[in-house]
Amino acid sequence: MSLKPFKSIGIGVAYSPNLKANLFEAARLAVFFQSKLVLIHVGESSKDKITMLKDILKSFEKDNLDYDVVFKTGNPVDVILSTTQKKRIDLLILGAVQRERFLKYYVGSIARKITREAKCSVLLLIKPSVERIPCEHIVVNGLKDPKTEQTIKAAFYVATKLSSEKITIVEEIKQDQISVKVDDDKSLRRANIIKERIRLRENARIKEIISHIPETYTENKTIKLQPIFGKKGYSIGHYAQIMRADLLVMNAPLKMTFWDRLFPHDIEHILTELPTDVLILQ
Amino acid sequence: MSPKNNNIKDFFKALPKNIFSGFVVSLIALPLGLGLAMASDAPPIAGIIAAIVGGIVVSLLGGSHVTIAGPGNGLVGVLLVAISTLGLENAYVAIIFSGILLMGLGFFRMGTLADFFPSSAIQGMLAAIGLIILGKQFHIMLAHKIQREDTVDYLFEIPFSINDAIHYENKGLIYAALAGVISLAIMLFYSKIRNKYLQLIPAPMWIVILSIGFSYYFELGLHQLNPISKEYMISGIPSIQNIIADIPNPNFKNIWSLPFWGSVLALTLISSIESLLSIKAVDKLDSEKRRSNVNKDLKALGLATIGSGFLGGLNVVTVIARSSVNVNNGASNRSSNFFHAIFLVLFIVLFSTQLARIPLPALMAILVYTGYKLASPSVITKIFSIGKEQLIIFFVTLIVTLKIGLITGIIAGVITTLVIHVIINKSLGLFLRNVLKPNVLMFKETSDENNFYVSVKHFCSFLNYYRLKQQLDAVPETEDVIVDFSMCEFVDHTVMENMHSYQELFNKRGGHFDVIGLDMHDTDSKHPFALRRMLPVPKIIKNNLTRRQTSMEVLAEDYQFNYSPKKEKEVSFLNNFQFFRTKHINHIYNKLSHKSSAICLFDIEFSEGEFIAKEVVRSTMLHIELDYNIPEFTLDREGFLEKVSAFAGFKDIDIENHDDFSDRFYLLGDNKIEISKFFNDDVTHFFESNRYYHVESNGNALLIFGKERLAGLKEIKTLFDFGKRLKGVITQNTYN
Repeated sequence: MSLKPFKSIGIGVAYSPNLKANLFEAARLAVFFQSKLVLIHVGESSKDKITMLKDILKSFEKDNLDYDVVFKTGNPVDVILSTTQKKRIDLLILGAVQRERFLKYYVGSIARKITREAKCSVLLLIKPSVERIPCEHIVVNGLKDPKTEQTIKAAFYVATKLSSEKITIVEEIKQDQISVKVDDDKSLRRANIIKERIRLRENARIKEIISHIPETYTENKTIKLQPIFGKKGYSIGHYAQIMRADLLVMNAPLKMTFWDRLFPHDIEHILTELPTDVLILQ
Repeated sequence: MSPKNNNIKDFFKALPKNIFSGFVVSLIALPLGLGLAMASDAPPIAGIIAAIVGGIVVSLLGGSHVTIAGPGNGLVGVLLVAISTLGLENAYVAIIFSGILLMGLGFFRMGTLADFFPSSAIQGMLAAIGLIILGKQFHIMLAHKIQREDTVDYLFEIPFSINDAIHYENKGLIYAALAGVISLAIMLFYSKIRNKYLQLIPAPMWIVILSIGFSYYFELGLHQLNPISKEYMISGIPSIQNIIADIPNPNFKNIWSLPFWGSVLALTLISSIESLLSIKAVDKLDSEKRRSNVNKDLKALGLATIGSGFLGGLNVVTVIARSSVNVNNGASNRSSNFFHAIFLVLFIVLFSTQLARIPLPALMAILVYTGYKLASPSVITKIFSIGKEQLIIFFVTLIVTLKIGLITGIIAGVITTLVIHVIINKSLGLFLRNVLKPNVLMFKETSDENNFYVSVKHFCSFLNYYRLKQQLDAVPETEDVIVDFSMCEFVDHTVMENMHSYQELFNKRGGHFDVIGLDMHDTDSKHPFALRRMLPVPKIIKNNLTRRQTSMEVLAEDYQFNYSPKKEKEVSFLNNFQFFRTKHINHIYNKLSHKSSAICLFDIEFSEGEFIAKEVVRSTMLHIELDYNIPEFTLDREGFLEKVSAFAGFKDIDIENHDDFSDRFYLLGDNKIEISKFFNDDVTHFFESNRYYHVESNGNALLIFGKERLAGLKEIKTLFDFGKRLKGVITQNTYN
C-alpha cells in the first residue's frame, strides 16, 4: 500500500461566500496529508484575487502549507479536469450542495459533472466550515470488487491522519444473492439461514482484508462490520446518514452512461442525495 | 424440523376437530352460497359449486392454512354487471379467464397487488359493493321485486318498498315479507345473545332450519300449502344428476369485446383484493401462528376459479367471515376447507328438495345484513376519526363506484388520494422525485440487542409501501423490529394502518415491533393525520363517568385500590392465554389495580370472528400474577358443548378420587401429569365449594372471569374475593 496516496490536493476556487470555508477545509487536509495544495480558478488572474487568497491562507503558514494557484479561462469543467491531469492532482475537493432541484439533476451541476469524469479521487464536501469539525466516524464500502481492498486501506490511512476513532465497513449484499424467495414460514427460515451464511462469509472476507493492513493504521480504532441486504450503492448512503457518519468512502464507479443517470444505481444514488461528505477513490 | 411421519400423526390427531369446524362452516356456506349467487343473478347452485370446487382445490393446492374459499360478497357487484351485459354463458367464460389471470398473478408473485391501493379507497369500494348488495336485495327481502337501471335508484326506492310492504293485502306477500324481516332480526340480534346452545348453529343456518321447519309445519301439521307466495320461494335447486347434466359448454366465440375484458379485469381485481385482504386478516387469527404463502394461494384460487367456471360456478375467493368461523371452531389445517366442501356436496345430494322450501326473502335478509356490514355507519365513523381527508377519499370511491363502475371507482380513489397527499404536503416534487428511489434500509444491528432496524426516507405512502413491506416480511415475527420514520417527511394512513397490524402480529407471536420517529411529525403539524391516531396511545379521559364507573371508583377507595377508567390498548400480558388465541382484544378499561398486590380487575372488550361473523364481547376479568410457575390449564364448567367437542378431539382431564369435581368441571391442558399434581385435595375442594368461574393459567398468571358480559358491582366484589382466596390456596399449596 502506498503510504501517501494523496501527494497533491486540488480545489476549485470560485469567489463565493463559501470561499473561505472551502479553502480552510482544503488547507487543513493538505496539512494532515502533508501534500501540496493546488488552487484552480476559472477566470483571469488579478492582483486582488491573489491577495485575497493569500490573506485567507495566512493562518496556515505556520504549518508549512505548500500551495500553488492556477488561473485559466474556459469551461469550468474542462479547465478543472485538464488542470488536475496536468498538475497530477491525486485528490480533488469539491463543495457540493446537499440536494439539487428536480430538473437540474439531468443537466448535472458542475461539481457532479466533474465527479463523474475525473480520473483522480474526489472529495465532496456538503458543509465546509472554517472551524474544524472533527471527523469521528468513517463509513467505507466493502463491496466484493477488486478495488475494495485499496479503498479500505485508504480509508484506514485517512482515518489515522484525521484521527478518527471509528470505522464501519458496510458490506452491501444484493437481494438476488439470496436464492430463496420468502413466501411462508419454511422459505423464511431457509432465507434466514442463507442470509446468516452470507453474513459470515462477507465478514470473513473483510477481516482478511483488514489483516493485510499495517497495524499502525488499525490500532486504537473501533472497527465494525455491518452487512446490509439491500440495493447496492443506496443502502450505504442511507446507513451513513442514519449513523451520522462524518465521511463516506466509496470505490470509484465504472464508466457511466446517460442511462445510468436516468435510472440511478450504485454511486448515483449517493450523488443525488449526498448523505455526508463523500470520498470517492480511484 | 420434525420428521414427516410425525406430521401425519399430528394431522390425523387434528382431523376430528377440522371435520367439526368444516361442518360448522358448511352450515354458513350453504345459505350464503345460494344467496350470493342469486344476488349476482346467477342460478343459486352456482354459488355452491364455487364453494365446493374452491374448498377442494384450494385445500389441496393452496398455501394458506385455515382459510375457507368460496363465492365472495365483493364479487356480487361485478358479477351482476358481467351477467347482465354479457349473458350467463359468456359470464362463465369471463370467470374462466379471470381465473387464468389470477393464476398469472400468483406465478408472477403479485401477491403484493393489494398493497398498491390506499386503504380508504378499498374501504370505499367495499362499502359501495355493500350498498349494491343491500339496495338490490332489500326489496326482495320485503317481497317487492323491482327492476331499475341504476344501482343508486334501488337505494332511493327503499322507503317506497317499506311503505308498500306495510300495506300488503295479499297473504302470500305478507308471509314472504315477514320471513324476510324475521330473518333480518335473527341476523341482527344473534350475536347479542350469548347462549352456547344457540351459538352452536350459525345464524344463517338458523334461518334455513326455521324456514324449512315452517314449511313442513304447514304441509304436515296443518295440511295446507305453504302460505308464502310461490314466486318468492327459491326456484331451481337442481338435483345432483341435473347439475352434472347441465354443466355449461363454454363458448369462446364472443371473447373479443371490450365489455368482456372489462368484466374479466374487474373480476380479477376484486377477487384478488378480497382474497389478499382476507388471507392477511385470517393469518392474524391463526392459533398456530403460521404465515400463509400468498402467491401459492393465488395460484390455487385461480385454478379453482377456472374449474368453477367450467362447471357453471362463480369466482372462488378467500372469504373472511367463513374463515373466521372456521378458526373459532378449532380448525388447525387446510382439511377443514376440504371437509366444508364435502359437507356441501352431501347437503346437495341429500337435501336438494328440502332447500327449495327456503323462502327467497329469508335468504336475501342474510345478504342485506352482509351488505349493511360492508357499508355500516361504524365504518364511516371509524374513517372519520382517522381524518376528514380519508372521508373524502372514501366517498369519492364510493360514489364513483356506484355511479360508474368498480374499476373506475378504485382508480378515482387512487387519484383522489394522490391529489390529497400532494395538497397536504404542498409539494408534488416530494412524490415525483422520490417515488422510484429505494427509500427503505433494513439491517440487523450488530450490537448486543440483535434487533432489526428499519429506516424509511423521503415519504412512505401506498405508492411505495411495497418496498417497506418487502423488507418487513423478511423478518420472522418472533424477532424485534424498530421502524424509524424520522427521516420520512410524510407517512400516510395506509402505511400507518399496516404498521399497526404488524405490531399486532409481532405481539401475538412473541416478537416486538416498534414505530419511532413520528413525534416530530406531530409537532411540525405538517401532516398529523392518522399519524397519532393509529398508534396505540391511550385516549384522553372522558370526564363524565357512568354510574357504574363512579361506584367502581368508590369501591376502589374502600379497598384502597387505584381506579382508572381509561382505555388501555397495551394488553400484551393477555396474549399468552389460550382464551385469546383466536380472539382480538380491542382494549381494557375501568381498571382496578393495586400497587403492591398482583391482582388487577378490568373490563375488557374483545372481538371474535371477522366481518358478518364478527361479535364484539365485553366482559369483566380478573388477572392475578403469580411469582412462581404453575402448569398451564383451562378450567370451565362441564356442559353439553364440552361433551360434544370432546368427540372432536379435546380431552378432559379427570382428577382421580374427585369424581364430583371431574363431573362438574371441564379441565384442559397439555401437561396432564403436572396438572393432576397441581389439582390436589385443597385446590379441588376450593373449586367444588365455590362459584363457577372460567379459570385459566398461562404458566405464571391466572385469568378469571364469569360471564361473557360486564359484571355488576356485587359480582365484581365476589370475583375479587374469589381471586384473592384462590391465590391464597394456590400459594399455600405451592410452598408446602
